[in-house]
Amino acid sequence: MEEKDIRGLISQVKDGSMDRRAFVRTMVGLGLTAPMATMMLLHSGVAMSQVKSTYSATKRGGGGPLKVLWWQGATLLNPHFAVGTKDQDGSRVFYEPLAGWDNEGNLIPILASEIPSRENGGLAADGMSVVWKIKPNVRWHDGKPLTADDLVFNWEYARDPATASVTVGSYKDVEVEKIDNLSVRVKFKKPTPFWADAFVGVRGMLIPKHLFGEYMGAKSRDAPNNLKPVGTGPYKFVDFKPGDLVKGEINMDYHMPNRPFFDTIEIKGGGDAVSAARAVIQTAEYDFGWNIQVEEEVLARLERGGKGKAVVTPGGNIEFILLNNTDPWTEVDGERSSMKTKHPLLSDPAVRKAMALLVDKKSIEQHIYGRAGIATGNFLNSPPRFNSKNTVWEFDIEKAKKLLDDAGWKPGADGVREKGGKKLKMVYQTSINSPRQKTQAIVKQACQRAGIDLELKSITASVFFSSDVANPDTYTKFYCDIEMYTTTMTEPDPGLFMNQYCSWEVATKENKWQGRNICRWVNKEYDDLYRASEGELDPVKRASMFIRMNDLPCGDPTIIPVMFRPRVSVNVDNLVPFLSGWDIDMGSIQEWYRKA
Amino acid sequence: MGNYVLRRLMIAIPSLLGISLVLFCVLALAPGDPFEELATNPNVPPEVRAALRAKFGIDDPVFVRYFRWLAAMAQGDWGFSFVSRMDVDQLILQRLPATLFVVGLSQLLAIAIAIPVGVFAATRPYSLFDQIASTLAFVGFSLPTFFTGLLLILLFSITLDWLPFVYRSDIAATGWRWWWEQFRQSIMPISVLGFFQAASMTRYVRSAVLDVIRLDYVTTARAKGLGEKVVITKHVVRNALIPVVTLVALQMPAIFGGAIVTEQIFRIPGIGALLISSILANDTPVIMAVTFVFACLVVFFNLVADVLYGWLDPRITYR
Repeated sequence: MEEKDIRGLISQVKDGSMDRRAFVRTMVGLGLTAPMATMMLLHSGVAMSQVKSTYSATKRGGGGPLKVLWWQGATLLNPHFAVGTKDQDGSRVFYEPLAGWDNEGNLIPILASEIPSRENGGLAADGMSVVWKIKPNVRWHDGKPLTADDLVFNWEYARDPATASVTVGSYKDVEVEKIDNLSVRVKFKKPTPFWADAFVGVRGMLIPKHLFGEYMGAKSRDAPNNLKPVGTGPYKFVDFKPGDLVKGEINMDYHMPNRPFFDTIEIKGGGDAVSAARAVIQTAEYDFGWNIQVEEEVLARLERGGKGKAVVTPGGNIEFILLNNTDPWTEVDGERSSMKTKHPLLSDPAVRKAMALLVDKKSIEQHIYGRAGIATGNFLNSPPRFNSKNTVWEFDIEKAKKLLDDAGWKPGADGVREKGGKKLKMVYQTSINSPRQKTQAIVKQACQRAGIDLELKSITASVFFSSDVANPDTYTKFYCDIEMYTTTMTEPDPGLFMNQYCSWEVATKENKWQGRNICRWVNKEYDDLYRASEGELDPVKRASMFIRMNDLPCGDPTIIPVMFRPRVSVNVDNLVPFLSGWDIDMGSIQEWYRKA
Repeated sequence: MGNYVLRRLMIAIPSLLGISLVLFCVLALAPGDPFEELATNPNVPPEVRAALRAKFGIDDPVFVRYFRWLAAMAQGDWGFSFVSRMDVDQLILQRLPATLFVVGLSQLLAIAIAIPVGVFAATRPYSLFDQIASTLAFVGFSLPTFFTGLLLILLFSITLDWLPFVYRSDIAATGWRWWWEQFRQSIMPISVLGFFQAASMTRYVRSAVLDVIRLDYVTTARAKGLGEKVVITKHVVRNALIPVVTLVALQMPAIFGGAIVTEQIFRIPGIGALLISSILANDTPVIMAVTFVFACLVVFFNLVADVLYGWLDPRITYR
């Protein structure tokens, strides 16, 4: 889709002939994120829609206890140290950002009094700064007022490398200055098209200056409040046992009217996903279960006659197959898969295209992932994933055979194709995880029929995803022909996400395999597009660049998208959670309530 | 006696040092990285990870890290969890009560079943009671705890809906309601562990009593005209208990190990569950501390067994 097509769609939204929701879905279908689509509309003068919360309680509290299960419990409660979503969720009960994301990519104001826009003067025309205003009269749980000083402090705290915060990426390249007691200006070093990062969403949660002020930098780990959060959130801290329990009670001074609904909240950790699903759906001991990665068959069986149901929240996670561009079996200068080599088989475009034709996504979706997977193909040629059930992707063994025949790969005596003495035999690796092994088997079967011999290899997740320089089996080393894993696009903006195909990001021995370009794919057009997108202020132009960038590695193909993986959670029938694929599950915990 | 215990404790020190060295090396060799989640997060620059690794000293050679750990341990500093960013001893202390409660009660349950059943079966060998007891014992120790645990959950929690299967460390109730809730949530894990232990223990008690009951002094005691009750409790059981004590004491660490699985199934926040989550997160200081606690338990219960021998059989002297 070209820039002018997107502009056409936007004008349709503007004149009302297209639903804004349909527009967002179309953009998501093109591989963009919902927040980015909303930003495009905002830039073109279409205001964000009001958050559609069904929250109906007319008074604060009285909802009894809310008990939720996180089968991996929160291990720490400082949002700046929160590594995984489990820690972010635990922190979010007590701490709040200025704004969060809803499912359609709208910013929901939380501590902010309004979302910055051109109209209200919050956004600078040159894209160099944004002004955030916070609500007046917001108080920390200990009664002290929230002021702009706290915002400035959070920026200083997070960006200090000695603090070793995991939020550093959002704060290190910006400057935050106080305008008055209730507003700050976030200044960027260069024109920044995506401004809603610092102070927003999971990395935007604010900690109080008066309690953490003395514990900046190297002293950060000694802060007593790391384990006893004092925030502005809907619930006040009661008890915390790492990995086991987070407990909170209602904050009667909460800054949103009639919220929260529940009197207490309890996050229980431990166990496994299947039994968590049981404790919610079958026995209703708990109200909500997080991240229920359970095979469809099991989930459907639990739901039959149960007291709860599974909820699927689309986000930006994609399970995909990577084809190596370098030779993993030849060592050059102490590393395999070196940029100085070329893959003996996969460097032939016919082989790569044939591989893409041999992934039977439909079977994988139907038999393995169920509701937890939506088959996805070439981003650009596919109709929006959500609008159409009959998403077009090609699974065609005959076509693959023909491609290989035409390219001169002739079947040998053992059925495996060969050309110039090289046999089409490859190794296909992934982490140990039941759906992945089943996917491997489906791909292997199809390849066998087309005359490609795949050897399957599975590696323990803790090794595969580690950054252990000494281990040859990590996913970044890619000492293998083909590999598969899920790439998570938790970022609302695909800017950082898309750098994984830039030539300067190639994982090599030199950068200790920390580069993000794992398939070692180099494409000049892609590099140029990425550079251009970094400074492009017009969100529509930028979006069309990203769409093109999506198309390049998929069309080559050096990657084969397999499944779009939404998040799956379970809740009891009378609980109404507010979930968004662009934020954590607890991202709008103040909106949760129970139906009468 | 005091001298003997002291000497045994001194001997324990080198063995604990050896254990800690082996543990440390194995952990250092194991793959994985406590900050791997950061590695896959594009928003975290690699420098942060490098800074964290440097801060926690992960990049130093193994022996440097070992001696640093040892020196800290000698001063009572158990280390600092990479994952929770809190002190390890605090973490373990938080978790210990739940484990001790469950393991302790299950052990009491096992003893309360095994000794009467074993003794009664031995006094009437090959009777119907003995046959039934033996059969149940064999069934009991053939079924692993993770299986019986799931079975009980399916039966009592899901089908019958009588008992909760998620163990909560803080029950929001007071007085008798608290005790009732605590009883309801602990009965399944305790019986799973207790029955498993009771099964093998019953067999031991039975064979130990059978060995003793045929000895001449028992016949003498009977010939003196002592009542059967006195003969069994005072003369037979006390002597038969010596091998049983060894078994119970040496099995204690194994029970803590068995509790790891049970803790995971019932979500009991014990040190076993802590060990599993730390292993999954590659949180070396916590793994090290928990396994070291287990090692200390083995050494300690060995000593307890030896001291108990002397109490049960005054002929054994300590030199």
